[in-house]
Amino acid sequence: MKFIDEFRDKNLVQEIVRRIRSLADTPAAIMEVCGTHTMAAARFGLKSLLPEQVQLISGPGCPVCVTAQMDIDAFLALGDEANVVLASFGDMLRVPGSQTSLERRRAQGTAVRIVYAPLDAVELARQEPGKHVIFFGVGFETTMPAIAMAIRLAASLRLDNFSVLCVHKTMPAALRALLASGEVRVSGLLCPGHVTTIIGAAAYDFIPQEFGIPCAVTGFEPLDMLLGIEAILRQLHEGRPRVDNVYTRAVQVQPNPRAQALLAEVFDPCDAEWRGLGIIPGSGVKIREQYDHFDARTRFPEVWQRLAPAPPSPCRCGEVLRGVLRPKECPLFHQACTPSQPIGPCMVSSEGACAAAYRYDG
Amino acid sequence: MKHILLSHGAGGKEMTMLIEQVFLSRYGSQDFSKDDSATVLLGSHRLAFTTDSFVVDPLFFPGGDIGRLAVAGTVNDLLTAAARPLALSASFILEEGLEIDTLKAIATSMQQTAAECGVTIVTGDTKVVPKGSADKIFITTAGLGLVLRDGVSGAAALPGDKIILTGSVGDHGTAVMLAREKLLEGGEAIASDAAPLTDLVLSLIEAGCAIHTMRDPTRGGIAGSLNEIARQSQVSMEVEEALIPVNPAVAAACEALGLDVFKVANEGKMLIIVAPEDAARALELIQGKRYGTQARIIGAVGDKPAGRVKVRTTIGTSRILDPPSGDLLPRIC
Ligand code: SF4
Repeated sequence: MKFIDEFRDKNLVQEIVRRIRSLADTPAAIMEVCGTHTMAAARFGLKSLLPEQVQLISGPGCPVCVTAQMDIDAFLALGDEANVVLASFGDMLRVPGSQTSLERRRAQGTAVRIVYAPLDAVELARQEPGKHVIFFGVGFETTMPAIAMAIRLAASLRLDNFSVLCVHKTMPAALRALLASGEVRVSGLLCPGHVTTIIGAAAYDFIPQEFGIPCAVTGFEPLDMLLGIEAILRQLHEGRPRVDNVYTRAVQVQPNPRAQALLAEVFDPCDAEWRGLGIIPGSGVKIREQYDHFDARTRFPEVWQRLAPAPPSPCRCGEVLRGVLRPKECPLFHQACTPSQPIGPCMVSSEGACAAAYRYDG
Repeated sequence: MKHILLSHGAGGKEMTMLIEQVFLSRYGSQDFSKDDSATVLLGSHRLAFTTDSFVVDPLFFPGGDIGRLAVAGTVNDLLTAAARPLALSASFILEEGLEIDTLKAIATSMQQTAAECGVTIVTGDTKVVPKGSADKIFITTAGLGLVLRDGVSGAAALPGDKIILTGSVGDHGTAVMLAREKLLEGGEAIASDAAPLTDLVLSLIEAGCAIHTMRDPTRGGIAGSLNEIARQSQVSMEVEEALIPVNPAVAAACEALGLDVFKVANEGKMLIIVAPEDAARALELIQGKRYGTQARIIGAVGDKPAGRVKVRTTIGTSRILDPPSGDLLPRIC
């Protein structure tokens, strides 16, 4: 694990922290757009290294957390259909729907399978021809290519018993909506490296251009993140907002053409509902007509007719995701809401801001 | 809590809750041990007594199998009470249709593991259930041991004590998960650490090292065990991340799956909490043993805040090492 260790080097860290301190001449609120950044910051105690004027706030980048309550309820309701197997990434297992969760449904007898990759769900469908396997397609640009591949494989195998409930989200549109709302004052954005390997760093150009806000694309090691923070502070200091790429190991400035072509073949852009942000035009994808045999929405339309609107929840994840409320400011935090008895998704997801605060900040 | 969830068995907070609300409240918490082994007085001798059930999928994985686990697990639990393991029982629940050759291979592995650590399997039981009522084979072992050093318990750690870890963490849980999910090419580099630690632990006791607490960090990993000890002993603990050995392939796999290696199960490791004056001597003895070559002093016990475990990260900051809750869930991206 040499690769990882190099990016956790203590001396280098101290050197960059020194540079950050000398650059931090005005208060700066830097948003980690991505949940993985939120977790890494907490796990490495980054906040304790930063000068007081520099604050980190979490953003809308935890895929489980931004999934709308209705979409979660719909997936759980699909479990009522005959001979159905619900397949999902592990993160979703304990996320509370309005009434129940996958974990509880599994205990009550619904067939729920945790898979590590969407292709495993296709394999499951192949092995169990008498069952219909529905995969919960949650995630940002990083997971979409794998789902697209799974759908293509299912099509080439002419599988009749595999479909995807696609609730994927795309990051740039959500950032635009968040910044345009003006609700939260952000001085800079740490943009997620792994999403950028798919969409390219230029996808963030509108942020400095239209909103005058500095961006840094960076990885998930503490050193990467500190370099990103330094880049943002330097841009603020110089008064020249732009998109800096401090994640030079894997990220190209241009989008990855193969991934883009795959996504365009399987998905069309669509409006999507985000928890906390509402419906954002063009911020989601739907399965294209050509593949609609693999779309759970077209295969089981009656489930959506049965679905009751989600009742209001006391959870304030929406505000947490918009960066206007810190987890500890939620009255339920650590009281009614804990990782084993979560009220909202931010407390269960491995990338959720509430989970990070609960686990690492004590 | 209406139904049993898988997380009730995962060694985290849910399991603690289940034990307290269902079992302790009925069996009486006076004599019900919070340690991995109970001890009972028999004349002038103190005996250690423990039992454990084993279910694992797949039955055979790199570095071990369910039989080796069933013997080593119970032997290691006896050792945590500073006891010399004397005898084991082994009970089997077999699913109709299980291949006899599979059972033979498991029994052979149990015999070999028992012979390796000088313990005998003296009694047992077998039940067969209809296909579908169990998954291939479940094994329950119980063990009896003679306590050689009194007072070694999860409640006996003292401020100032040193924390020794006998080797790398995360190997078992990662090996089983990769084998189960047939994940990651080249996963063979990761093997379970399943092993009985009799020789290692008894040598410390015979040398008279002032051991206060021992715990084998199985389900819930070292994060689980350290938190349990901190709570039971009403002490704080601080460990140094850079000193905790992690096999590079295990670190990479956990990184890729989004698992916290400190919460992943081990089956051949021991956390040993020892008085500071004996720490160096104990470490040297451990490092001379087959299963202890990678042993390290990873941290120390403090007094406040009671029940809190902290980690110094590799970049010099400090954070809480939280106890695991529920099953380990691999992440989305
Ligand atoms: S603490 Fe719980 S209830 Fe409050 S915002 Fe976070 S997840 Fe929602």
